[in-house]
Amino acid sequence: MSITGAEIVMRCLQEEGVEYVFGYPGGAVLFLYDALFKQTKVKHVLVRHEQGAIHAADGYARSTTKVGVALVTSGPGVTNAITGIATAYMDSIPLVILTGQVPTAAIGQDAFQECDTVGITRPCVKHNFLVKDVKDLASTIKKAFYIASTGRPGPVVVDIPKDITTHVAEFEYPDKVAMRSYSPAIKGHSGQIKKAIQALVEAKRPMVYTGGGIILGDSAPQLTRFVRLLGLPVTNTLMGLGGYPATDRQFLGMLGMHGTYEANMAMQHCDVLIAIGARFDDRVIGNPKHFFEEPRTIIHIDIDPSSISKRVKVDIPIVGNVGEVLDEVLRQLEGSKSRPDAESLKTWWSQIELWRGRDCLNYDRSSSIIKPQYVVEKLYEVTGGDAYVTSDVGQHQMWAAQFYKFDQPRRWINSGGLGTMGFGLPSAVGVQLAHPGAQVACVTGEASIQMCIQELSTCKQYHLPIKLVNLNNRYMGMVRQWQEFFHGNRYAESYMDALPDFVKLAEAYGHIGMLIDKPEDVEPALIEAFSRKDDLVFLDFITDQTENVFPMVPGGKGLSEMILV
Amino acid sequence: MRHIVSVLLENEAGALSRVSGLFSARGYNIESLTVAPTEDATLSRMTIVTSGSDEVIEQITKQLNKLVDVVKVVDLSDGEHIERELMLVKVRAVGKDREEMKRMTDIFRGRIIDVTEKDYTIEVTGTGSKLDAFLKAIDRAAILETVRTGASGIGRGDRILRA
Repeated sequence: MSITGAEIVMRCLQEEGVEYVFGYPGGAVLFLYDALFKQTKVKHVLVRHEQGAIHAADGYARSTTKVGVALVTSGPGVTNAITGIATAYMDSIPLVILTGQVPTAAIGQDAFQECDTVGITRPCVKHNFLVKDVKDLASTIKKAFYIASTGRPGPVVVDIPKDITTHVAEFEYPDKVAMRSYSPAIKGHSGQIKKAIQALVEAKRPMVYTGGGIILGDSAPQLTRFVRLLGLPVTNTLMGLGGYPATDRQFLGMLGMHGTYEANMAMQHCDVLIAIGARFDDRVIGNPKHFFEEPRTIIHIDIDPSSISKRVKVDIPIVGNVGEVLDEVLRQLEGSKSRPDAESLKTWWSQIELWRGRDCLNYDRSSSIIKPQYVVEKLYEVTGGDAYVTSDVGQHQMWAAQFYKFDQPRRWINSGGLGTMGFGLPSAVGVQLAHPGAQVACVTGEASIQMCIQELSTCKQYHLPIKLVNLNNRYMGMVRQWQEFFHGNRYAESYMDALPDFVKLAEAYGHIGMLIDKPEDVEPALIEAFSRKDDLVFLDFITDQTENVFPMVPGGKGLSEMILV
Repeated sequence: MRHIVSVLLENEAGALSRVSGLFSARGYNIESLTVAPTEDATLSRMTIVTSGSDEVIEQITKQLNKLVDVVKVVDLSDGEHIERELMLVKVRAVGKDREEMKRMTDIFRGRIIDVTEKDYTIEVTGTGSKLDAFLKAIDRAAILETVRTGASGIGRGDRILRA
């Protein structure tokens, strides 16, 4: 039996087991919405801006192992979605974004709400498709899910002209995809793995550095076994937090621009570095020249060959799925007796403990003004370290990363690569829908939250009891910090004047708002907020305006050239 | 250093823009780029002449391989290969210049493919440097118009690029 293109799309989503589609209707997708309306398996979540749809699908994907799905209309629907798509692309998040397009005959005619979706999205997607024949629709959607979720994951756009949604075809969903031009590597080269193990057991000062690849590859258990088996120090990138339990003694904290003193020093001074699912980006190793002043052997495991030897030259590259490679590493290690020299390792650890003794994350705990770090520490305690924490971008993001100790993967949801302000609230929508009973906190600031604040309305519609932790310092804090350090205290346009009354604003959207301006009220407010299991609570914490994020590796400086508190 | 990279890719709308977009987005050089379908109409073969350090060239081949439409990538400069480019030159050819132009064309094993009272159109094939040499050898003032295809390349002997 033949069915319409719109119905085919719904059948495909059902076949893929899609639970939620995050979207916003419009002219070019009316038939798709009509088909959506006529079925019940796939639920639609109506956002208030297309950027929010992509971030919500993104939060859903990051906090689960599934592909996030979004549906937007042509033209402005797509252009509004771009920030979200670029965000997902930079962090390698598997998404399928269905976009409406003007009818095939109108393409190229500057039609109403037309834009070159394939052209505009090309630089920020893993791949994209324009469907020109309804007969190709199902196989294209199948490919989209396959490409998005395999290899190094990423967003895939499927652009569907309006007429294609009305044309009819037989529905047949392919079982598998075979593409001669796309076959991601899975297993690592066993000879290379052998070499890597050899280098590790011969190391005097070994170090493990892992990133988002461990999270995306669901390989935290293997990583933990590996690190413990050899007794190695380990650090995670911003994207990799939760990849190794943060409360474990072998964990040195996050590294990089706002990483801990011990993690950065250990990175700089190790003699064998094993990088797993991480990409040595500028916020992580600072100035590459400075990084190479210390000689070390670098082992790099990554699924994407182009991530290897991109910014730093690697000695032992291993291309493959990090989980599969770690399985093989563990198999080889467990079958042999060679281990790093215990005496050297002990010396190395005592050096690390000296660095750790610097207590680089210390802050003024007796302040009569609320310190933002204190709020995050209390958030950690009140939630028992068990919350899903999304964040926006800026100082609050760094404090959340430094002070919330993530013991599990997929709990820390933030825009690391693109650094998208406005990500926190809509991504929390996706997270809360994926985990209905879980505690979900969005750590944000008064500047970031206003970039997608309209999604408070979405939260009301779907009864999402997210807790917004607004670290309100009346500044775009990170901009202000850089202006203080590098621009002679000239706070050009970084002061957030004319701020709304966030309590009233939350109430206007039908939620609960709380204003907290004394340190002693922080904990009780958080306890009360989290006891309200069915309500969204907007906690507006009035924090110290002058607080800075430390340690800090200034731009262009080396990892060990940190500014310390 | 100059490299000549061959790319086998799906013959699909937009595939060319993915490659050219990659080069501009990542700031890689393109000296020339040619593309046309192969004997298998579902595949296109592209030849890109680029330049950069070894690290940059390594990234270029990796990034090209990462494109979903790309089936295979070979850096022809890694081994023995043949390179050819086609050039059409329209030159002023009157009086005694006519004979001189004909002679130069013969020396470079070119062909005159169009003739009018006042001009010749000459076809020359070879490596880029041979074409450059031809342009240097003839009277510069006589050149009315040139068009070059950019280089196409193929590996020698057993070096075969197939899907």
